[in-house]
Amino acid sequence: MFLGLDYNTWWFLVFGAVISGYAILDGFDLGAGALHLFLKKEESRRIALNAIGPVWDGNEVWLVIAGGALFAGFPIAYAAVFSAFYLPVMVFLIGLIWRAVAIEFRSKEPGKLWRLTWDIVYTFACVVVTFSLGLMLGNVALGIPLNEEKEFSGSMLSFFNLFSILVGITTLALFMMHGAIYLAMKTENRLYVKLTVLAKNFTIFFVVAFALTTLYTLLYIPHLSDKIRSNPQYFIFPVIMILAIASIPRQLKRGNYRLAFLFSSITIASLLIAVAVEVFPYLLYASNNPANSITIDNAASSAKTMKTLLIIAMIGTPLVATYTAFVFWTFKGKVKLDEMSY
Amino acid sequence: MDVEILSRIQFAFTIAFHYIYPPLSIGLGLILVIMEGLYLKTGLKIYEDMTRFWIRIFALTFGLGVATGIIMEFEFGTNWATYSKYVGDIFGSALAAEGIFAFALESGFLGILLFGWNRVSSKVHFFSTIMVFLGSMFSAVWIVVANSWQQTPAGYHIVGEGLQARAEITDFWEMVFNPSSMERLSHVWIGAFLAGAFLVLSVHAYYIRKGKHLAIAKPGFKIALAVATIFSLAQLFTGHKSADGVAKNQPAKLAALEGHYDSSTVADMYLLGWVNNKTQTTTGIKIPGGLSFLLHQDFKTPVTGLNAFRPEDRPIQVNAVFQFYHIMVAIGMLLIALTLYSSWLWWRGKLFENKWLMGVFVWAVLLPQIANQAGWFAAEMGRQPWVVYNLLRTSDALSKAVKAEQVLVSLILFTLVYTILLVLFLYLLNKKIKHGPELTAPDEEKEIEAKSIRENPIMN
Repeated sequence: MFLGLDYNTWWFLVFGAVISGYAILDGFDLGAGALHLFLKKEESRRIALNAIGPVWDGNEVWLVIAGGALFAGFPIAYAAVFSAFYLPVMVFLIGLIWRAVAIEFRSKEPGKLWRLTWDIVYTFACVVVTFSLGLMLGNVALGIPLNEEKEFSGSMLSFFNLFSILVGITTLALFMMHGAIYLAMKTENRLYVKLTVLAKNFTIFFVVAFALTTLYTLLYIPHLSDKIRSNPQYFIFPVIMILAIASIPRQLKRGNYRLAFLFSSITIASLLIAVAVEVFPYLLYASNNPANSITIDNAASSAKTMKTLLIIAMIGTPLVATYTAFVFWTFKGKVKLDEMSY
Repeated sequence: MDVEILSRIQFAFTIAFHYIYPPLSIGLGLILVIMEGLYLKTGLKIYEDMTRFWIRIFALTFGLGVATGIIMEFEFGTNWATYSKYVGDIFGSALAAEGIFAFALESGFLGILLFGWNRVSSKVHFFSTIMVFLGSMFSAVWIVVANSWQQTPAGYHIVGEGLQARAEITDFWEMVFNPSSMERLSHVWIGAFLAGAFLVLSVHAYYIRKGKHLAIAKPGFKIALAVATIFSLAQLFTGHKSADGVAKNQPAKLAALEGHYDSSTVADMYLLGWVNNKTQTTTGIKIPGGLSFLLHQDFKTPVTGLNAFRPEDRPIQVNAVFQFYHIMVAIGMLLIALTLYSSWLWWRGKLFENKWLMGVFVWAVLLPQIANQAGWFAAEMGRQPWVVYNLLRTSDALSKAVKAEQVLVSLILFTLVYTILLVLFLYLLNKKIKHGPELTAPDEEKEIEAKSIRENPIMN
């Protein structure tokens, strides 16, 4: 126990925070990548790449930390999730490889065809990565069939259910909006004007996708809102989420992209919190037999390890926060191309 | 083919491909710290040009290291679910520490290293270079600790029975400082320094042969040669310590390394040879009793052989383990000879007179790479049939939910993707090398050398 919560719950919170951090940070990189082909001019594309250039790699590390946090704290869940989603995970990882490689390689040759090829690879990789992330999140929220050994016992095709596909599309829309807002914040002149238009359009895309997914959930998967319905104090989370979403177009209209970025970050975090509230204490719900479900307690490492992990997190978090802030501060302001740029 | 062999091939393939890049990043990190440090100390433009040139190559190796490394973290869960459950309590904490202490540090400061030259002061930039280097060193710490725990488990107890059994930490620091972790870590670090130093030597030797960029090529070559000489020699000691540790902690692996079967006899040391696991004989050029002497300082003391272990508890591919190990050792010796000879020429002031020597260095870049790969193959194949030594068998460690067809699909995907990546990497590396450094310093070598000899001993 620590501050009234047991270690397993603490680690669930830490894991959730890391996932949210990843979604907020790499979310704008992936979103910027997914909309890359909407930018037509060579210089615009270079500026967009250099807007994420110094930070995307650090942002991706949050995924590595999330993977390590799940492996260390809840090894049973780590084993079950990644072996169950075998092929989607492979597609996701290979997508991440191509994203990284496209960013690195694009600028290394001046040829038009070379650059166009990498632009297409880059956009396609970001779309695939984002969609598969949403697809897996949707399936985790729904639950998947698990046998008594807590390993997946269903068919891969079942991952492509309507709900999970909707979550995938919503994630894509959310990241594209988030990425467009980030790029608008980092650019000026005509590219800025273009991005303000894109940001508005993706916001509409997101609001529609979000509304459809929410409607579908309330109508067909009512148990995914049970917890909030029966605990009025949790109602605060959807309220924050709706207020944050509503504030985005308002800030876009006022041209305040920093605030818009803040609100789209809050939107991402509050969406994940809403999912976390509903699934807790399950990490992976067994849709065939609830008794086989993986919970924070039956998946957790020993109390000693959980304590060690919390100490590691307490030492590490301020360090990571400090140098992340330092890097973002160093590269603050509008993007300027120089001889070291992509 | 079944799931086990496919999963093993996939893991070996993805990790071996990944391991081309991190040692280069660690080694180049060290060289960058030295070059940029010399720039700050002397203010000479050539060091700035050198640093900026190598930063560009560093960016390429680092990028591929990250891209291929992220696969590794998830492959434990995708293909080795039972293993993940078994070791999660232990391995997971090392992996989490790696992410938060090492990767976050290096990736954070990497942005400044690559893009910050005009944004921050030269001191802050140098600080970032050091942080990236330290981050890459730390990342080696945690992954080697985790791997070493698999070789020599310590600080744990087993909870549960049969397939539900798992290892739990009883003492975190005992786990970290398990019997093999420190000697293997130093061996891995030095292997990485050599990989980086020899890449620098290769590129600079190429320029010297072509008579290009000499103002940078020659002093840069000397920096890398100093690093390569020191660490080639140091590797002999860490290698010997590692072998001692294997003898003590993993006798079956040691026996496989030298193809030694009969426990009642003295053990020979082979320079090269061939192991026939069916007839249990090893033939080749050997120092009789050499292994006995190395371990016990006595040519007559018997050493535990493979026959002391039940057939199901010892490696089957003995000849492969033997060959990988001997390739590594032979390359290690070759590197010592090459660097010592070159350093002697340097001392005599004749280093750059031999064109053929520069030619050797152009291709010598492959040697530490091959040695690093061979060393890991010997270490990991020699550990078989165990994934966690004497605790968990590789065949029991798989994901039960994953079918052979799925692994085959992902293996084909990885093969395709990685082949394209390797071709692109070599193409771009070659291009960057051909393009060469951007010279802001005057390209009049003599003037520089005259000035440098006065001010800086490393240029002599």
